[in-house]
Amino acid sequence: MAIALSQFNEVRLDRVSRDFGALNALREINLTIQRGEFIALLGPSGCGKSTTLNCIAGLLPVTGGAIWLDKSRVDTLKPEERGFGMVFQNYALFPHLNVRQNIGFGLKMRGTPKAEMERKIDEALNLVRLQGQGHKLPGQLSGGQQQRVAIARAIVIEPPLVLMDEPLSNLDAKLRLEMRAEIRRIHNELGATTIYVTHDQDEALSLADRIVVLRDGLVRQVGTPKELYEAPEHLDVADFMGFRNKLKGKLVASSNGRAIVDVEGARISGRTRETIPDGSTAYVAIRPDDLVIGEPGGNALAVSVDTAEYRGREFVGTAHTKGGLELVFRSFQAVEPGTAVHLVAGEDNTLVFSEPV
Amino acid sequence: MHATVARTASGPNLRQKLAARGFDAVTLLVLPAAIFSLCLFVYPFAFGLILSFEPKNGGWLANYQRFFADAYLYDTIYKTLALAIPVTLLNLVLAVPVAFRVRLMRHQRLLTTILVLPITLGTVLVAEGLLNYLGPQGWFNRTLMTLGIISQPLRLVHNYWGVFASLVITGFPFTFLLTLSYVTGIDPALEQAGATLGASAWQRFRHIYLPLLMPGFAITFCLSFVQAFSVFPSAVLLGEPAGPTRVISIAAYQAAFEEYDYSMASAVAMIMGFVQLAIVIAVLASRGLFYRGPATGAKG
Repeated sequence: MAIALSQFNEVRLDRVSRDFGALNALREINLTIQRGEFIALLGPSGCGKSTTLNCIAGLLPVTGGAIWLDKSRVDTLKPEERGFGMVFQNYALFPHLNVRQNIGFGLKMRGTPKAEMERKIDEALNLVRLQGQGHKLPGQLSGGQQQRVAIARAIVIEPPLVLMDEPLSNLDAKLRLEMRAEIRRIHNELGATTIYVTHDQDEALSLADRIVVLRDGLVRQVGTPKELYEAPEHLDVADFMGFRNKLKGKLVASSNGRAIVDVEGARISGRTRETIPDGSTAYVAIRPDDLVIGEPGGNALAVSVDTAEYRGREFVGTAHTKGGLELVFRSFQAVEPGTAVHLVAGEDNTLVFSEPV
Repeated sequence: MHATVARTASGPNLRQKLAARGFDAVTLLVLPAAIFSLCLFVYPFAFGLILSFEPKNGGWLANYQRFFADAYLYDTIYKTLALAIPVTLLNLVLAVPVAFRVRLMRHQRLLTTILVLPITLGTVLVAEGLLNYLGPQGWFNRTLMTLGIISQPLRLVHNYWGVFASLVITGFPFTFLLTLSYVTGIDPALEQAGATLGASAWQRFRHIYLPLLMPGFAITFCLSFVQAFSVFPSAVLLGEPAGPTRVISIAAYQAAFEEYDYSMASAVAMIMGFVQLAIVIAVLASRGLFYRGPATGAKG
């Protein structure tokens, strides 16, 4: 592959802050990205993930801290001087230029000789599998094809860093899965370093080497997808990782990383990373997948079923307890709304957190 | 109204067919506008056209022959163009950077209001103001003389430049507003994409904004040009209506109200319309050279 990305060792965000008036969109973000990594910035809308990306790209000036590419400081450079490739959420293809001209735009700005430019455009077209579409205008392409052009345009300039801002959010579900695989393939083939912004945990889990979870402009947790999925450190991170049931209760006892919580009189036990004093408020987090209909007894909650949605292989139900706690659970058989059942939480995948501050 | 349609359309079939082609009762709402333009535009135009071929003396083309034989008359075309084209281009060239700046401003509405004021003042008031301000005893000349920059007052009114200045002042807000709407219509992500791809501010303007704005600039040019071309009050008040600013509308006015030759005046008006039309068609046709689709990033 003749598209050879610029070599470097690491990108470092050193206490990067960004204020919009009184609003602190980013608060002292620290993050080091190694060459070749695929990093996902994950968080709900307004958490600062796109702001972080725009600060790295240079589209937004930082109001504090610094960004380093190895030993050189880049946050003081204009976006055109940084040379990072960026894929925009709405693709931002130049509507008046055809596919080849769009892809070649960055090369033209750099004054690349014509022959080399043509060769690189061909390679980029091959890489994103758009051979033979070069003469079309963006308006004549489907969403998925436009997405490929946007990626080709960003990588053809051989950037040290590829930035992607929710690139799949405008595609339909099927195409999203296809393009997800494509993005990972291109990343691997090029040996690129990618920072990928998303609010979709599935996307982050399946694509990234490491995930950075952001909330209110703060880094909440950084880790591999496995670490985040199995051991979220905070209740809000757990919430983002699919723990939809968060039950408030009182801690009864804890030892050796296990805790028992009293939820409306029922005893639920789970893993914990914290030391929570007995008798204080604690939250039990359970994924719907780990909450199934079972027998009364240990780890079981008495509930009344509200709805049961058919999902093909299984049903996803909602239910509530006497005390009014709402629960989402999984069932392999149909359950009638109004039925009284017991929901049992799997001990190993149940997590206990202290009251969030 | 509805009853008329029901009577003329024989049965629901025809009505359905018409509706499918976009003609239904709502189409009748076009009528007032159609009547309006018929009475106030088409009829006077046709009347004037016919009148221009019925001269006081000579054959049916005599008015036109006289216009193109007399330098005093046909020169008005050049004189008007010499005012209207530079003024329109200057306004456009001034409006673009201002629009690019205003696009990013938070108090856009306030500035827009200030800029639009000259339109509401009307040309006569602006002309009067300029006479006081730029005249030999005006503040402008007095200030320059007090500062010792000039010893004699500059002659800025009652010549070409007086009319030029007034056309720039009254024409700019209009040009600016149109330009602003075209500039803000372009997705800012396109410029950001250009920046991340290494394009400098000038390259982003040259390769992204300019090609996308050209069709809009063409329309803006046409509308601003037509306004400037029909200049009359400021050419009389601020110019030299017998000399360099004897524009074509003055020739028409003189024919009508000094010679009482309505036929000749109509002919001048027709020639004026034709020149405008020719320029507008030429400019609009050139839009074909540029991309004319939507100027936002194509959606998915």
